Amino acid sequence: MTARALINVPPKAKRGEIIGIKSLISHEMETGFRPDATGQPIPRNIIKEFVCTYNGVEVFRAEFFPAMSANPFVSFTTVANESGTITMTWTGDNGFFATESVAITVE
Amino acid sequence: MTRHHVSRRDFLKRTTASAAAVTISAPAIAEGAPGRVVVVGGGFAGATCARALKRINPRISVTLVEASHAFTACPFSNNVIAGLRELKAQQFDYKRIEGSGIEVTFEPATRIDTDARTVVLSDVARVPYDRLVLAPGIDIRWDGLSGYTEAAAERMPHAWRAGEQTLLLRKQLESMEDGGLVVISAPANPFRCPPGPYERASLIAHYLKTRKPKSKILILDAKDAFSKQSLFLAAWKELYPDLIEWVPLSKGGRVTSVDPSTNTLTTEFGSHKAAVANVIPPQKAAHIAAVVGAANKTGWCPIDPVTFESKLQENIHVIGDASIAGGMPKSAFAANSQAKACAAALAKLLAGEKPEEPKLINTCYSLVAPDYGISVAGVYEPRNGQLTDVKGAGGVSPANAPRSARQLEANFANGWFKTITEEVFG
Repeated sequence: MTARALINVPPKAKRGEIIGIKSLISHEMETGFRPDATGQPIPRNIIKEFVCTYNGVEVFRAEFFPAMSANPFVSFTTVANESGTITMTWTGDNGFFATESVAITVE
Repeated sequence: MTRHHVSRRDFLKRTTASAAAVTISAPAIAEGAPGRVVVVGGGFAGATCARALKRINPRISVTLVEASHAFTACPFSNNVIAGLRELKAQQFDYKRIEGSGIEVTFEPATRIDTDARTVVLSDVARVPYDRLVLAPGIDIRWDGLSGYTEAAAERMPHAWRAGEQTLLLRKQLESMEDGGLVVISAPANPFRCPPGPYERASLIAHYLKTRKPKSKILILDAKDAFSKQSLFLAAWKELYPDLIEWVPLSKGGRVTSVDPSTNTLTTEFGSHKAAVANVIPPQKAAHIAAVVGAANKTGWCPIDPVTFESKLQENIHVIGDASIAGGMPKSAFAANSQAKACAAALAKLLAGEKPEEPKLINTCYSLVAPDYGISVAGVYEPRNGQLTDVKGAGGVSPANAPRSARQLEANFANGWFKTITEEVFG
């Protein structure tokens, strides 16, 4: 159940620059449709939501469903408009919650 | 209508007579037009196939087209990198093959005229064929990894085609200072020799442990699983604790670009500056396969699993690493196995007969240390148009085996190399 998140945000950017953001979290993403050895379905255990905020303002959101692969990798872009903090959170089944933050300097 | 009582003895006589008639007719066909086969590529696949054809029917005319006078084998070349073996022990010539009635032409095939069924060589010499066997091996996909060019490979060797590259990587390791970081980048499937990157890491670790014990190896992997994984991981823990770190895809291990000017490998989430960088890049079937139109958009060659005939080009058969062989890995053993099955199918096809469904075998030995061997074996058969792993056949070395068993497997590995190279080139 332990998750390890990796994020990649450029530490510096020019004002107005389009920056690429990448994230990868280790998570088995159990679909809920697979039977165990006794034939009973293995309970669903997925990440349901991924949110990225930039100085508290949401800039990207993704909803995940059972077809999503294990260890979801998410890559997207945003516009660097001010220095501050970029925060990513993952929430899911069984109270799953993970968060990572990183500072960005905009010149 | 008269009824004949057929005695057991008469029945046997008649059957024998008709069987004799069949066996007489086969050489009769062979005398007429036994056929011309050209094999392009003189590695484990091509050289085996040429010899197997001659063995099955000496009347088939067989030409082997190979650019180089000497063959340098990849299996055991990781031992050369780790200083355990000399490159000379990997090299074989074609004298014995030439002596067995096979015409060997030392020129690269530049293109193939499929309408005229002719292989065009570099000096505009042409070799006609009835059936062509392509066994060209692999090429590096120079467009497959950002920054990894042919020039970059001189600084960050791949050493995935044995020869100068093998020696270059060895020299870099020898001149590295104690405490250096060796970074190995392993590609996504499919690629030549699936356990190769991990055997290489093991044998480099053996070298470092004995010569430069403060050094470390980092494997950046574009996969989450690899061949003989649990055996390798257990052996690393036992033999090289804290020396090898493996970073899988799901932990950000996929290398997205390299910079030879700084010897840096970059993943989606970070950069690693290496003292020695071994970049095992994405691969494809060698160039000639694409030139003749036998490779599909994956870069590899789809084949019929019974005859190995290309699904894209008639009368052209593809064997070895260049082929898409279903469950079979790209290994020397597999290439050798496919080559024999392909030769048997070709002999039947040239005689106007129906090829039999083959059963193919593969075994891959890996050395984790010079006296520590592990293996994986498989049996394959055509099913649903693919070469498919036969369930319950084959398997991997047992976990928790005593060191004596690992020593024995290391001996088997050495024995296998001697046997296969003797069979193919001796």
